[in-house]
Amino acid sequence: MPNIVVLVKQVPDTYSERKLAESDHTLDRDSADAVLDEINERAVEEALLLKEAQGGEVTVVSVGPDRATDAIRKALSMGADKAVHVSDEALRGSDVLQTAKVLAAAVGKVEGYDLVIAGNEASDGQAGAVPAILAELLGVPQLTHARKVELDGTTLKVERESEEGITRLEASLPAVVSVGEKINEPRYPSFKGIMAAKKKPVETLTVADLGIDAGEVGLGNAWTSVLEAAPKPPRTAGQRVTDEGDGGSKVAEYLVAQKLI
Amino acid sequence: MAEVLVLVDHVDGEVKKVTFELLTAARRIGEPAAVVVGAPGTAAKVRESLAGYGATKVYVAESDDAVGYLVTPKVDALAAIVAQASPAAVLVSSTVDGKEVSGRLAARLGTGLLVDAVDIDAEGTVTQSIFGGGVIVKSKATKGIPVVSVRPGSVEPEQAEGAATEQAVELPATDPAKSAKITAREPLVGGDRPALTEASVVVSGGRGVGSAESFDVVEKLADSLGAAVGASRAAVDSGYYPHQFQVGQTGVTVSPQLYIALGISGAIQHRAGMQTSKTIVAVNKDAEAPIFEIADFGVVGDLFQVAPQLTEEVAKRKG
Repeated sequence: MPNIVVLVKQVPDTYSERKLAESDHTLDRDSADAVLDEINERAVEEALLLKEAQGGEVTVVSVGPDRATDAIRKALSMGADKAVHVSDEALRGSDVLQTAKVLAAAVGKVEGYDLVIAGNEASDGQAGAVPAILAELLGVPQLTHARKVELDGTTLKVERESEEGITRLEASLPAVVSVGEKINEPRYPSFKGIMAAKKKPVETLTVADLGIDAGEVGLGNAWTSVLEAAPKPPRTAGQRVTDEGDGGSKVAEYLVAQKLI
Repeated sequence: MAEVLVLVDHVDGEVKKVTFELLTAARRIGEPAAVVVGAPGTAAKVRESLAGYGATKVYVAESDDAVGYLVTPKVDALAAIVAQASPAAVLVSSTVDGKEVSGRLAARLGTGLLVDAVDIDAEGTVTQSIFGGGVIVKSKATKGIPVVSVRPGSVEPEQAEGAATEQAVELPATDPAKSAKITAREPLVGGDRPALTEASVVVSGGRGVGSAESFDVVEKLADSLGAAVGASRAAVDSGYYPHQFQVGQTGVTVSPQLYIALGISGAIQHRAGMQTSKTIVAVNKDAEAPIFEIADFGVVGDLFQVAPQLTEEVAKRKG
């Protein structure tokens, strides 16, 4: 019966205006609506499918400010059993590596975990590397960008999908898996699930609780620094024509003029 | 001058274009040194083409494990070389594998990680295009040797002479308790078309294409231009085209010289994956489609009329 940890993240909604704060180039959390990242719903779904088939327990782990509670509650209302929420003002402005360190420490708090499941890439930072870094820090195999996950006892098989095609992977538990968007269709929380989620335990931890020095995290201690950030001048629309039977030729003329063909 | 390590992307003994882009970018910072991680005999096949893009050195990390396990052998090789060469920076391609390699390497070395750079200067300061291309950021590593993933297509590759002196690197044996074993590979079936991130021209179809069969129209235009074929999320979700070809925020990010969008409305999800393209051409029936706001040349019309005519015109000019 696998003991599964699912990582979830609250992100600014892709369909609202996303920007960085002018003062320190951190994410401007007030400018955009906050949602549970879509790929995380698929991670939760995959964990629940494994639990339904093989038993075990699903623990949600999230690192983020207090309002990440909404994302955690959503995962719990889908059917996860409990949650660990790392929330600490000291984390503000942490970069990818710092965040991964905190996640690794938080996963370590879940006793006897067998499997960590995450989304392959968040829609905001898009580093696409946190699950791999987590595997590095935990010293376990990474089976990432999965479009299919099979667990047989302690043997894990994954079909990885990338630009290169499909790679079949195999490793023993414990391991880190990240899922791609073709893995499954996440369920909607039921009314019963939403009510039950309110009673499920959520443990809130600070970085000190994880044994991490506050001097290792946060904007001032990050190993990378944003020097400047500016909204990209919007691409201006160029020429536009209405097809009157010669649209294809018009495009060809344009491409020739631009020396593209 | 300090070395700048470039992890070589190769398949079947052929170096991918993105590696030439990285070698070109590396020359701005220091002496480009290529790192080949692969099956025994790989470096011999790729050495010459690396020399043609200025590689002064070629580190050779070859073993059966190097291709038998996911990601970790590349991290092991780079970490070993960094320890002996103290390079000014490490550059990898911002691909699915490359992002993971760079992330793990930075974590292992305890140095700054810079993701998906679209440009890099002599000081190692990178430019990034974030939030679907809506914001441009400049950043740099403040600690250690910067490990940078660079978006394919963002640097123009320039040839240069390099000595490409080979130097063997001892790869540690892979611990199967810490790495995933690769049991099979099924390369993407794209026929003779270039890979999406490698292509200088990409032709993509969206919901407007209407069916899997009709994607033929997109493919024919792509083939006339020697282009890669892409698809919007809407087209992939409708089952018109396989997911591996999805261009957008949750798919592949491309930055070609020319991007042709056929029947694609241009939702943020799609724009995020293609708006750093140099030139964008769009064909859509709906004059209000947001894709026209970013297109350099737009045609309001039926793609089934416009695309075949364009295919014919291209063929004529190639004669």
